[in-house]
Amino acid sequence: MDIFKLISDIEKVDPEVYDRLDSRRRVFKHLTGVGTKVAAAAVPAFFASVFSKAYGQGTALPSDIAAILNFALKLEYLEALFYTKGVATAGLIPAGAGLTALTNIRDDENKHVAALRGLLGSQAIAPLTDSFFDFTGSKGGTRAPLFADVFSNYQTFLAVAQSFEDTGVRAYKGGAAGLKANDAILEAALNIHSVEARHASHLRLMRRGGPTVAGAGTGASPKSWITGTEGGGAGGAATAAIYGAGNPASNFPAEDNVTQGGIQLQTALASLNFPASAFSEAFDEPLDATTVTNIALNFVVGNSF
Amino acid sequence: MHDNSFLARTIHRRSFFRVAGAGAAASALMLAGCAKEEDNNPTPINQQLVIGKADSVNFTVLNYAYLLEQLEAAFYDKVVTTPPADLLPGELAYLTDLRDHELIHREYLKVALGSNAYDASFVTQFAFDFSSLTLTTRQGVWTAAQRLEDIGVAAYNGVAKHITTTGYLKMLAKLASVEARHAALAHEVLQAGSWAATIGTTGLDAAKTPLEVVALIQPFVPIEISTAYLPTT
Repeated sequence: MDIFKLISDIEKVDPEVYDRLDSRRRVFKHLTGVGTKVAAAAVPAFFASVFSKAYGQGTALPSDIAAILNFALKLEYLEALFYTKGVATAGLIPAGAGLTALTNIRDDENKHVAALRGLLGSQAIAPLTDSFFDFTGSKGGTRAPLFADVFSNYQTFLAVAQSFEDTGVRAYKGGAAGLKANDAILEAALNIHSVEARHASHLRLMRRGGPTVAGAGTGASPKSWITGTEGGGAGGAATAAIYGAGNPASNFPAEDNVTQGGIQLQTALASLNFPASAFSEAFDEPLDATTVTNIALNFVVGNSF
Repeated sequence: MHDNSFLARTIHRRSFFRVAGAGAAASALMLAGCAKEEDNNPTPINQQLVIGKADSVNFTVLNYAYLLEQLEAAFYDKVVTTPPADLLPGELAYLTDLRDHELIHREYLKVALGSNAYDASFVTQFAFDFSSLTLTTRQGVWTAAQRLEDIGVAAYNGVAKHITTTGYLKMLAKLASVEARHAALAHEVLQAGSWAATIGTTGLDAAKTPLEVVALIQPFVPIEISTAYLPTT
């Protein structure tokens, strides 16, 4: 991990990063404690402290922005811990392209955790750990599991992964409006949002068996984009909420929505002669935090998320 | 139009232009009907394509999105109409889905913008120029698709912060993640494992400013795109 590249990457996102850091020298001063060659493992911590210095500047973020970021952070913990466990489970993921992709996704989610913690600084929640989650959906054995074989059946693992990514895409979209007051944070959130969409697209491709397999748009053979509500998605009834309407439905319509900005697309664009599926695929829909929380609670041991 | 000498045609072509808009740098290109085929796409002279609006950053951003969607739609439309002979099974279905989505995006933005669309008063729409691309091979088509989709994602990621209304921000975000889904696929069909090419060392996707994006799409637009009114950050 090249620190200079890291800083230059931040610079691409935020040209004013150096102003925020006062000077380049400040960054390097920051590095003297750990030596100029920083181990990859130390990067998230470094990243977080640089970010909090740059953007936190010792002043608290407005509570509504902090709440949205902490909510996103919890979802990132859910994803990061899920992939960490999956990649570490012997015999679950076949060696080769699948393992490479899932390792990359795991790393992305860990970086998202670091980025969000950095933006939040001292306002970040305490880190969530493995014991907080139950990825089988049995809520710590208190009910029948939704995905009993999530860590023994590769296809189930991919299906749950897709569910998390599709939820993440909708959650970030739902949270974006609340971040509008802070340009740097909104842009960072949207940059994470599109990464989640790339993850979702790729997991869907993996589930259907690669790019040469046409997706049916439902069940175990999804397209890379969301067709209607996909019959409830990867887990049928268990994942239906991920593709359904939020609350209020007028602001958070289901994924099969074909009315945008008050324009009924099939009517207004009838001349295109496209199927309803195309109109629904062309737009991803946002989801509200309450609905996302209820989806996430299926994978939490306790009763609060 | 009987005189076919170069000079005479140049002068004639010039007379087809009408400068619209309220002075400043704003000069939309309007073409009166031409009698001859060869005059349908004259080379503009000192004309610029103004996609921004001086008094509205929101309409500027939406028109910027509209131009990007027009570009993508025109590209996929051309590819689906004349697909490369070496497409693999299933790839035409992908390209058709992508064409459908981008056409829907384009037409939706056109309806949403109405008279605020930068090209609302154009008599003739200019044609995008894809001559720099290789569209006769699947390699060329998917390479171009990757490029255009990645530009779209980075453009939306970079410009969204300038929108001042929640509704328009949501609209852009609804498009952005679909473009990202497209981009991941467009990478993967050509090169297994390349789907994450744009994701940086920080785990964040690329974001580009409108000026960076304009430079990237200018090769496909036969008229110089004016950067007037576009956000510079």
